[in-house]
Amino acid sequence: MAQLEIKNVTRRIGDFVAVNDVSLNIEAGEFFTLLGPSGSGKTTLLRMIAGFDLPDAGQILLNGKDLADTSPEKRPLHTVFQSYALFPHMTVVENITFPLKMSRCPPEETRKRLQEALEQVRLTGKAEKYPHELSGGEKQRVALARGLINRPRLLLLDESLAALDAKLREEVQVELINLQRDVGITFIFVTHAQTEALALSHRIAVMNQGRVEQVDEPSKLYGFPRNRFVADFIGHINMIAAQVIESTHSHVRLAVPGLGEITAPSLPDASAGEQGTFSIRPEQVRIGMHDEPAELKNHFAGTVHSLLYQGDVSVYRVKLADGVMIEALLPNSTPGRAELFEVGDAVKVGWRHDAGMFLHG
Amino acid sequence: MYKGTRRRGMELWTAALAVYAFLYLPLAIVVAYSFNDSRLNAEWVGFTWHWYQVLLHDEDMLLAAGNSLFIALVSSSIATVLGTMAGIAIHRYDFKLLNFMVLTPVAMPEILLGVSLLLFFIQVLNLTLGMLSIVLAHITFSIGFVAIVVRVALAALDPSIFEAARDLGASQWQTFRHVTFPLILPGVVAGGLMAFTLSIDDFVITFFTAGAGVQTLPLRIYSMIKIAVTPEVNAVSTLLMLLTLTLILLASRFAPDFLKRQDVFKGKA
Repeated sequence: MAQLEIKNVTRRIGDFVAVNDVSLNIEAGEFFTLLGPSGSGKTTLLRMIAGFDLPDAGQILLNGKDLADTSPEKRPLHTVFQSYALFPHMTVVENITFPLKMSRCPPEETRKRLQEALEQVRLTGKAEKYPHELSGGEKQRVALARGLINRPRLLLLDESLAALDAKLREEVQVELINLQRDVGITFIFVTHAQTEALALSHRIAVMNQGRVEQVDEPSKLYGFPRNRFVADFIGHINMIAAQVIESTHSHVRLAVPGLGEITAPSLPDASAGEQGTFSIRPEQVRIGMHDEPAELKNHFAGTVHSLLYQGDVSVYRVKLADGVMIEALLPNSTPGRAELFEVGDAVKVGWRHDAGMFLHG
Repeated sequence: MYKGTRRRGMELWTAALAVYAFLYLPLAIVVAYSFNDSRLNAEWVGFTWHWYQVLLHDEDMLLAAGNSLFIALVSSSIATVLGTMAGIAIHRYDFKLLNFMVLTPVAMPEILLGVSLLLFFIQVLNLTLGMLSIVLAHITFSIGFVAIVVRVALAALDPSIFEAARDLGASQWQTFRHVTFPLILPGVVAGGLMAFTLSIDDFVITFFTAGAGVQTLPLRIYSMIKIAVTPEVNAVSTLLMLLTLTLILLASRFAPDFLKRQDVFKGKA
């Protein structure tokens, strides 16, 4: 039995179906992420787990027990809000010990846990400060310490890194992973930032229009998206309209107008004649002047249409026959740009027969 | 460049002084003549405490002042409790009618409120006009003011802190006691002081609801100036002014340090 079971949960707000028949199982000790664009229902789902909102249909079970009749303050879980929601009239210590005060924890125990918590989030020197005297990162750590101090079964994090600037966010991501591993508590993290989700999570549920599109480990989600939405939402991907010529247990052969044939890994339920999309990540596309890509199973000639130098990598957009555009990503492993293709250069692009995938629709 | 700036500075100062003079000169004159050694408010003769001594021995005046203080204390205390509750309810529930009902007395012309309260007390409640009717009337018009101030104080706060309190194990009551109330306390105190000052200097509504038996300070002053503005009126006005000023200073000093910071509000990190 999973620690948290979400069973066919639906939530309507007026005519809008915010969460539509969602079922998820979250295991104890997992770092689980709800990822989706704004309006996809991820925050509504989180609020229902926290108890601020109730499902119109379906159940949320914690260790097998339905939470429907448990008010927010009685649920053994805490939320770290996007705004951190620190109490402005309380010091760091008063904020962190608030849950213990509410549960009438003996002073001895409170002092001990407070000390641990302050050390854990490195706030010992800030104990008597008020929230307005803290930096964004420090506020976030106070919110984490406050959420963890009475050892809940679950910690819900609602866009908890969104308010931090990019540099700090990376640091905090590492801290968050370490913290979760140290405390061993289940984290349910809500975000719209896919790189954050990939970096932090054990498993990710991708949500779209109130539904769960796919639940998987980050690498599976990125490498084997189940549909066009997931493929497009996570990372960058090339998408080319294609028709199935032949589908076998080892591969599919696809016809692409203007390009000819592509061989791609098999998709069990693809049938000959089906119209769909061939998709491939830019970093799987090789690009070269000469014949190197030509040794690959799938290779095509084109011209460099544009290039984006991004420091660590360069992104080339190559125009193939019939106006098909494909993006190829080249790491700049030597100083400057690795290979100096310029706009207008004739190049070859290619990829391995086991790269890319056919998607329905 | 500097010259021009300086001249504009002078112009601004002159304009500002003129406005302040317009606002405060009449008050200053009232205060000054309360120390004037003459029966007439006509010309300055010399300094005296005489009118304050007269005041201290004017039993009717003392009684009226006592009544006013009593009414203001009782009505503002009750209005503060009820107004705070109304403010919280208006903030929490999207109930337009409640909002309308609580705030209408604030916008209603006083004369209208006075007349309708008079009719209500006499014809519906069959009440003998007196202390009780004045207190009830003052509570009625004060609640709205307190509710407005409390609602503004609540609206300025990040709404997720109340959810955070519940989430961290606080019951509804604990959330109110440890989070909501301390944060809106400055608003509650400001609203209470406002209700107090409104009550102590109210004339119109008190005039309609007082009946024959009870006299308040504003009613007493009014009945005195029907004959002539004596320096005794100046003296009592000065004391009333002093009291109001003290209350205003108290109200502004009360706001705790953390609430003077902008970034406390709306969850701005």
